Amino acid sequence: MGEALVALEGVSKRFGGVEALREVSLTLNAAEVHCLAGENGSGKSTLIKIIAGVVTPDQGRIRFAGETLGRLDPKGAIARGIQVIYQDFSLFPSLSVAENLALPTEVGKGKRVFRRRDVRAIAEAALARVGVDLPLETEVGALGVAERQLVAIARALISTPRLLIMDEPTTALTGREIERLFAVVRELRARGLGILFVSHKVREMFAISERISVLRNGRLVAAGAVGEFDEAKLARAMIGEDLAETPYHWTPPRAPEPPRLALEGFSVPGELAPLDLTVARGEIVGVAGLLGGGRTELARALFGFRPHYRGRVAIDGREVRLSSVAAAVAAGIAYVPEDRLTEGLFLSQSIDRNLLAASLRRFRRGPLLDLAAAEAACARMREAMAINTADGRRPVATLSGGNQQRVMIGRWLLREARLLILNGPTVGVDIGSKAGLHRRIRRLAEEGLAVLMISDDLPELVLNCNRVLLLHRGQLIDVLSGAGLSEQTLAERLRALT
Amino acid sequence: MKALTQRSESVVALVLLAAMAGIGLLNPAFFSLSNLFSLARSNVVSGIMALGVLTVMISGGIDVSFPAFAVAAMYLTLRLMLALHWSGVIGPFLLATAIGLALGLVNAALVHGLRMIPLIVTLGTGALVRGGLLGLVGTSQINIDRMPPELIRFGSAELVAVKDATGAHIGLSAMILLYLLLAFLVHLFLGHTLLGRGVYAYGDDREAARRAGFSPRRVVFVVYGLAGALAGFAGLLHAAMIWLANPRDFIGLELDVIAAVVLGGASIFGGRGSVLGTMLGVFLLVMISNSLILMHVPTTWQRVVVGLIVIVATALTSWRDRRRLAQGLA
Repeated sequence: MGEALVALEGVSKRFGGVEALREVSLTLNAAEVHCLAGENGSGKSTLIKIIAGVVTPDQGRIRFAGETLGRLDPKGAIARGIQVIYQDFSLFPSLSVAENLALPTEVGKGKRVFRRRDVRAIAEAALARVGVDLPLETEVGALGVAERQLVAIARALISTPRLLIMDEPTTALTGREIERLFAVVRELRARGLGILFVSHKVREMFAISERISVLRNGRLVAAGAVGEFDEAKLARAMIGEDLAETPYHWTPPRAPEPPRLALEGFSVPGELAPLDLTVARGEIVGVAGLLGGGRTELARALFGFRPHYRGRVAIDGREVRLSSVAAAVAAGIAYVPEDRLTEGLFLSQSIDRNLLAASLRRFRRGPLLDLAAAEAACARMREAMAINTADGRRPVATLSGGNQQRVMIGRWLLREARLLILNGPTVGVDIGSKAGLHRRIRRLAEEGLAVLMISDDLPELVLNCNRVLLLHRGQLIDVLSGAGLSEQTLAERLRALT
Repeated sequence: MKALTQRSESVVALVLLAAMAGIGLLNPAFFSLSNLFSLARSNVVSGIMALGVLTVMISGGIDVSFPAFAVAAMYLTLRLMLALHWSGVIGPFLLATAIGLALGLVNAALVHGLRMIPLIVTLGTGALVRGGLLGLVGTSQINIDRMPPELIRFGSAELVAVKDATGAHIGLSAMILLYLLLAFLVHLFLGHTLLGRGVYAYGDDREAARRAGFSPRRVVFVVYGLAGALAGFAGLLHAAMIWLANPRDFIGLELDVIAAVVLGGASIFGGRGSVLGTMLGVFLLVMISNSLILMHVPTTWQRVVVGLIVIVATALTSWRDRRRLAQGLA
């Protein structure tokens, strides 16, 4: 066997007093998909940046294709054939697909004049190389996430790299889009590219990679061929402890009582066909389906965003009219949106203010707010939701994704919600925090909350839900529960949807 | 057809035609040659300033200091010409442009170097320059009797001249050619140079533009510098065309020009906008205020109309951007 494409030898990096990486050694071969696994904060990003020349290591050597790299800058890394596809894709939404593909190449050549013909030629060649067909003149902002990612991949391949680093490429994709991405990745591997695939999703790593290296707290804690790992071993390596997860079991209440949520002929013209649904106290009901199939539409209608809905809605047996968000909130419905950053949190405001945002009324004393009571309630909620901070005055933006998600849920619990709607509750959250979040959600359900959980993450649905609704083209096409609810059946049902 | 209606330029053009037809019906004098010529002439100064504002807005910034810069460039140049008995045309225009450019670069240095918000920076520099001009240089108006005759001659050059039925002289100002030339140059810059595309890229996503290899510093200095230079040039041109230099001129013009640029389809959030759209927007706005004057609407009510136009145009473009975004996510 020849020399490895990339070899890191004893690489360390400190930022101020924080040790981001400590003596990490790692090799990656050509024509290989190598997964770099680890929780958020484990040092994955620093490692990528070192290979990409953005960050210079304090110690250690990097060898690339047999050559020892000294001080490397991003341009030098690109010139040697190292390309990174960042999580945000770094695309320009107002510019056309062709310009997005060709601009970096043209800038790199030091050109001054912009010729549409040259740009088209570069763009066509780039798309042909990935084997996808996208309209060149369309604005990138009008494309879906998966298509944007293809543009980012095609752009990265223009310079014929030898190493492609993909930073959490599946975060925003649905199941089927992930499969298409994997097909592209395998094709690239077949052409001899080395691919460093950064992820924290255990299933994906097994599906795509030949080798896995696991980082935890800046150290390489495990490495080897994919066959040497199983899911439990990988998860243990990543979080440093065992994850014992048993499926959620729901026992119906003994005395009959009205369900927390009852829908009768609930529909939204053009978005949702009439559906009937009841969710009882303590139930966690999953909602699966393709993006645009009615999942988010259902959530948003229940949260009062679709005042023109038809049908009847009852909460705890009392009929309510969801004519606005305020009405839905007053009825006891809480919604944690998919993109908590743009739809839910006030990022620059403090954790406590974010927690209090929906329940200020509770702490009213005359025309003023009872700040002491509010602060005490926030402290209790931070404790209950295990939000990892001692100080509620810090801006929410300083928290990790998992903690931010818990702030969002905590906000609704402070309001004493009866129905909690979660949309993609653990998107972008690493597996340690994910397990913690799942435990919280289950505990809340056991305490009497009803939960609707919309997710693309099939293991998450199977593990935490006692029923899963399948929505497609705005219709409720099936409900899976009991023995009929398994990852395999769910995956098959979703694949069959078109 | 769909592509046509989705282009904001064609929407503005349609609105413009409809407005022209409406105004023409109300007031047949609108279509008279003398009115059309005077309309074209009224576009020149605002239009040249709008080209700079457009470039700044595409980069995701905003400039409200340009009227102050224009007036400073105009007044300083003229005072200098009077003091030194300096005559000529090209020299003074170069000086006015250079004054505007220098002031624009100050904006750029503050925006880029200190990472300040463009609105605050340009509000500050605008007030500073205007106040400094009146306090340090003077408040007296330079009237036609003291204006350098070469400038007056240059500013009154005509492209075509005809006599109407009553024998009155009707001329089309040659300054329109300057406007068209500058517009063409800015169009070439934005659409056909890599740096111009970089302005769009920067307005879309700064970090991504940096990763793609564009220099953020160069983009910021070029856009604010260009806006200042165009304002300085337009300032002196204004004095040459009206044979008068008033250091209190151009107050409130920033709103009209920004309104015209937004009306022309540029996005206040950056990344979008075109020279053609901006020219149409300027034309529409100038035409509307012009017609309000013809219909003897008091100036205070003209401000109301401009305010309404800003709000409606911004609402329409932000609605359009949101819809595009929604389509993108679906």
